[in-house]
Amino acid sequence: MAEFKRPDGRKVDQIREMSAEVGVVPNADGSAKFSFGKTVAIAAVYGPGKMHPQHSQNPEKGTLRCNYNMISFSVTDRIRPGPSRRSTEISKITEWALEPVLMIKKYPNMVIDVHIHILQADASTRCAGINAAALALAHAGIPMKEMVSSISIGKLDKQLVVDVDKDEEDWEEGEGATDIPITMTQSDKITHIQLDGKITDEELKQAIELAKKATKEVYEVQKKALKESVNLEGGNK
Amino acid sequence: MQTPKITADRIREYLSSGKRFDGRGLGEFRDIVIETPVSVKAEGSARVRIGKTEVIVGIKMDVSEPYPDSPNKGNLMVTGELLPLSSSRFESGPPKFPAIELGRLVDRGIRESGFIDFEKLCIEEGKKVWTVFVDVYSINDDGNILDAAAIGALVALKNAKIPRYDEESGKAVYGELTDVSIPVSEEVPIVTTVYKIGDSLVVDPTLEEQDVCETKVTIGGTAEGKIFSMQKGDSKELSIDEMAKVLELSKESKKEVLSKIEEYMK
Repeated sequence: MAEFKRPDGRKVDQIREMSAEVGVVPNADGSAKFSFGKTVAIAAVYGPGKMHPQHSQNPEKGTLRCNYNMISFSVTDRIRPGPSRRSTEISKITEWALEPVLMIKKYPNMVIDVHIHILQADASTRCAGINAAALALAHAGIPMKEMVSSISIGKLDKQLVVDVDKDEEDWEEGEGATDIPITMTQSDKITHIQLDGKITDEELKQAIELAKKATKEVYEVQKKALKESVNLEGGNK
Repeated sequence: MQTPKITADRIREYLSSGKRFDGRGLGEFRDIVIETPVSVKAEGSARVRIGKTEVIVGIKMDVSEPYPDSPNKGNLMVTGELLPLSSSRFESGPPKFPAIELGRLVDRGIRESGFIDFEKLCIEEGKKVWTVFVDVYSINDDGNILDAAAIGALVALKNAKIPRYDEESGKAVYGELTDVSIPVSEEVPIVTTVYKIGDSLVVDPTLEEQDVCETKVTIGGTAEGKIFSMQKGDSKELSIDEMAKVLELSKESKKEVLSKIEEYMK
């Protein structure tokens, strides 16, 4: 196992260099940028605001509405602007990943809009998007029980790795690549998991353990970005 | 939220005595900050900030068939996306008029000026040419997205590299950029817009000022006064005298913009 070589020379449990920053969109109520190496996502939160049309309002709780999109020039083959089946699914997955930690019951009949755009993609875009979105929600001051952090675990042939990049996503040797994006709360609850590929239940358990550890590292980066945005004299910058 | 009437009245009142809220002169731009690249996956890209307004522009290229009326020329396609991320005023869904106007004005500003030598983007006459996609996205709208987009398009085109063309398959090989730049002229066409607010003419309005504006004229041309494209927007009329002032102000603003972006156009 020790001699396993990742295409970019990382250790198997090493995350690419992460960076996070909040307040990147001044117009928004909350905004953030998050990156895993060359994957860069930005997110902006507008709301809570009134839900239109009225028949979409939910008197029991507020609605979280996420919109995930890849910028046309974020990848080598241009993506036609506009929603696709893939982006629609990821938007929904992102809502499910974030909603459990939001105290959304405070906002009946209201909507919180989260816009996520991938500026540059090198795999793990949905994880970067979720991390940016969680930061933007916190920056917007939406009450949250805790933070969520997202990471992709990969299985290249038989080897589990943390934070999959594009070269690894396209891994073809042996059993090929299995991609497992996972989002967890600080209390180790899973709010999102997906899997494409081939894996045993034992390996999957190991993958979740790896994710548990890795999301803690992601959380530290998120926490640091939020702290930096707060002016010591009080209030947001 | 639109600008409230009381603010609108105050803006007009200030302008009539030649003043603006942020202390700028009527023909003066905010600071312009440019960063490249935005995406290493793009053939070229740029981020442009004018004050708090921010846009990103990316270039992608693809091999396609030429149009029948220009068998030996490459194609240009400019799209503008006004993202709901950038302002609570923008909604998702199919592009509405402002986004279409943005794309078309930037498109004509570049196309009509002859900035790109389209004949050099022909691979095989009548069969294969390069199509240049210029995609503009708004990141934060604080007025004058249009001029920011045009600046971004110029810088992104200037730093773009053409992908490798595989003769056997007749397709572009993405991710393998050559060191060949898109053939562009030395002469830099600049698109700037003059806005009329009350009886005053201004350039580079903030969002509040843009809300108060009654008509605008977008002109693509050079800092020396050559004009390649022009369009008046919104319904308020302009007198001939005012039009002459618009041209003068447009030329002055082009000089200012050029001096601010020159280092990125080398």
